[in-house]
Amino acid sequence: MTAVMGTPMKRKEDPKLLTGEGKFVDDIHVHGELWMGMVRSTMAHAKINAIDTAEAAGMPGVHSVFTGTQLQEMGLWAAPLPCAWPVTEDMLNPPHFPTASEVVHHVGDIVAVVLADSRYRAADAAEMVVVDYEPLPAVASIEDAIAGEKLAHAGLGTNKAFHWPLIPDPDALEAAFANATHVVKGEFVQQRLIPAAMEPRGVLAIPSPAGGDITLYTSTQVPHILKVMLAATTGISESKLRIIAPAVGGGFGAKLNVNPDESLAVTLANKLSRPVRWTETRSEAAFSTHQGRGQKQTMEIAADENGKILGVRAHIDADMGAYMMLITPGVPLLGSFLYTGVYDVPAFGFTCDGYFTNLTPTDAYRGAGRPEASYAIERVMDMLSYEVGVTPEEIRRRNYLAGGGEFENLEVASTLVFDSGNYSPNLDMALDMAKMAELRAEQQRRRDAGDKKQLGIGLCTYVEICGLAPSRALAGLNYGAGGWEAGTVRLLPTGKVEVVSGSTPHGQGHETAWSQIVADKLGIDPADITVLHSDTAISPLGMDTYGSRSLAVGGVAIAMACDKVIDKARLIAAHQLEANPDDLDFEAGRFGVKGSPDKGLLIQEIAFGAFTAHNLPDGMEPNLNEQMIFDPPNFAFPFGTHVAVVEVDEDTGETELIDYIAIDDCGNHVNPLIIEGQVHGGIVQGVAQALYEGAEYDAEGNCKNPSLMDYLVPSPTEVPNIQTGYTYTPSTSNPLGVKGVGEAGTIGSAAAVINAICDALRPHGITDMSMPATPMKVWKAINSADSTANNGGGQ
Amino acid sequence: MQVETTVNGKAMSADVEPRTLLVHYLRDELELTGTNVGCDTSSCGACTVHIDGESVKSCTMLAAQARGAEITTIEGMASADGTLHPMQAAFMECHGLQCGYCTPGMVMAASSLLKENPNPTEQEVREGLEGNLCRCTGYHNIVKSVLTAAGGA
Ligand code: FES
Ligand code: FES
Repeated sequence: MTAVMGTPMKRKEDPKLLTGEGKFVDDIHVHGELWMGMVRSTMAHAKINAIDTAEAAGMPGVHSVFTGTQLQEMGLWAAPLPCAWPVTEDMLNPPHFPTASEVVHHVGDIVAVVLADSRYRAADAAEMVVVDYEPLPAVASIEDAIAGEKLAHAGLGTNKAFHWPLIPDPDALEAAFANATHVVKGEFVQQRLIPAAMEPRGVLAIPSPAGGDITLYTSTQVPHILKVMLAATTGISESKLRIIAPAVGGGFGAKLNVNPDESLAVTLANKLSRPVRWTETRSEAAFSTHQGRGQKQTMEIAADENGKILGVRAHIDADMGAYMMLITPGVPLLGSFLYTGVYDVPAFGFTCDGYFTNLTPTDAYRGAGRPEASYAIERVMDMLSYEVGVTPEEIRRRNYLAGGGEFENLEVASTLVFDSGNYSPNLDMALDMAKMAELRAEQQRRRDAGDKKQLGIGLCTYVEICGLAPSRALAGLNYGAGGWEAGTVRLLPTGKVEVVSGSTPHGQGHETAWSQIVADKLGIDPADITVLHSDTAISPLGMDTYGSRSLAVGGVAIAMACDKVIDKARLIAAHQLEANPDDLDFEAGRFGVKGSPDKGLLIQEIAFGAFTAHNLPDGMEPNLNEQMIFDPPNFAFPFGTHVAVVEVDEDTGETELIDYIAIDDCGNHVNPLIIEGQVHGGIVQGVAQALYEGAEYDAEGNCKNPSLMDYLVPSPTEVPNIQTGYTYTPSTSNPLGVKGVGEAGTIGSAAAVINAICDALRPHGITDMSMPATPMKVWKAINSADSTANNGGGQ
Repeated sequence: MQVETTVNGKAMSADVEPRTLLVHYLRDELELTGTNVGCDTSSCGACTVHIDGESVKSCTMLAAQARGAEITTIEGMASADGTLHPMQAAFMECHGLQCGYCTPGMVMAASSLLKENPNPTEQEVREGLEGNLCRCTGYHNIVKSVLTAAGGA
């Protein structure tokens, strides 16, 4: 068989998805199902005086209507919805039940639920529920929250949920800033983003007619985590719950929560003995699905006269939104360790204050904390380069870890140990591919000519943290679960292979990549390998998919399960061939006796023998069926260099991204086609943050742009083709040497784009540009910079 | 009301409320769930189908307006023997899909784009698909898929 590992194998997932056979939650129907219609708060913060459900209850097709108070009284919940990451001992965490009963805390909080026999009727009836609110002051922004004049949760007495410091050596940090020649400070806003996976979230809970079991179909990234959490919060036993994530139309972090609708569907189905379902509408998703980012960052860097970094100090104020959801408070911490980037930083300090607002809760969104970190450090590195008077690439080279050369297992200022890196060659490759010298010449030409379209070139050399996670490291961060992943490899009597994956795909192509890993290990045709996943009855153990962990933890678990299969098969082969196990070679799926080329057994033959169990070594268990639960010894740290090339129209303020070069290093490759796709999509999500997207709120806490008409998810015309390239620095954190690539693009791209815009606008004295860099903002910046310059006497 | 159409070459009929959108008629009544819904503002194109040969966002019209029409959905694109339509094959070849949610709409929009313009430039492909959003691929490989299908057509 020819090599499959590292080759661009076409995806096994595709034929179904291409022909409309892929089944998403909303495609699945069962007899007798009831649609939930959510009555959502129209106020960001208010007391509920009364709810009138009479008219709704009498409408055709309506089965029942329940207010939040009624649901609470029905005893559906054993505990509030969970937050698995109480980042400090004293973190404030007001109870968050699926429905509000006395006070609503954000627009979209559910106050009542209608059950009806069709999606139209449920929506109609929900509109007829009349709620009498008594408005309370709304904390409509993080600025409001910090000011503290209004309280998001009156009972807490403060908006600050926690303070989290990471300052390994405070004295050293102070000395670094005291001794610096250059201190550069950046203040950045990571605007709230609406994740907008193309498939809206949906649920369908089906009670079994006998036995009280409930199956929940839900568009989730985390069926396993959800099962544990639903059991813990509903009181329904784990063994009665089966969670299935069918085809899932993208996640990007937005589908890794334990949502009110998921809990409502399960508990109402249980209570009413009827299937219960719901699918969010796109405009509803701005309220029913968590948002990403929402941080204000203050970033300072201290350097000597040559621009060599002496210290980095970062503080962020993070907008939790109205409630702590599954990992809301942990998201900024995931970034905390990366505020020193790829650089050798002698002294480091990071602090984070988490604040409640009366807005949709925040939680993980592609990159979760790391795009924010990489943005902050890469923006101030550019600022430092201006200050020192060297190019952005030069300031980076002067500060790379290990001098930009190869390293392994290096402890960095934030106390983590980077598995491996080799930064300079990666930068060189990017500069080459971008034709940096030519770009600079063209930029100069346009500047000299006073061209109305100025060129800007932006660099970002990111590092990211994935392979989440060593369970002990998570314990140190007070996270409420482990970071292992499970994989099972079964050889079936027919010689085919069944692989069970704990990590749960939603577009990443696990069926393909896992087949490649197993095919490579066992020498079996990928077509003979079936990968099972995303159903807790089929794959009972798993920690699911987020944080670019699937391959570096779950894929590795499967590779290691294959090793166990091979070890056992070797003993069987040795027994049956009457040879010493050490005298067997295993190659291309066959155990052969060294020196006797025709004496051998195929692994499929051994599998059949292990199944019949007629002739196994004494005491050996029948079958080849091995499970591995891999708990990684360390995270993995992919890195890369991204170069954005923009044209800024000085008359209109419009930015066009005309070229994008990404050189990523995610260690060894399993499927380059899939890697490339992840890089492309990731980059565009970061570009979208830089140029287009941002959830906007008015002073009362209403989201002004919840629909896709107003929230600008980029279309094909708004992004360029992307040039990609790779360096290959194997990880030391796992035996495959893989790192993970799902979020890297997003982590590298926002900073690259904004650096490029600032580079284009440098002649105006503009040094920063907030995101999204809309034409209006850019135009205003140019005009106010120019008029300031003129008023001040000009050049 | 009774709405009769021809879908993927077969005569179809369903009794629906007058306000039923075509996309819900296809999905909920005819159980052709390959056509997806990604928005409520006619912005995403996930629901794109062909009506009398033209590509249309099926969430923008009522089922009633499609009475008597010839509709092709994603389920009708591959041959009866399962051979993928060249556009579907190109998407597979070029990794033009990840989660696959936008894909049916993309394939429908792209195939009608090539019917109008068999040899589009990259820019023309991007403009032609402007009404179709994808959150996964960054469009690079979708554009490549369409150009590949055009080259092979
Ligand atoms: S569902 Fe029709 S355009 Fe979005
Ligand atoms: S492939 Fe997921 S939205 Fe396009």
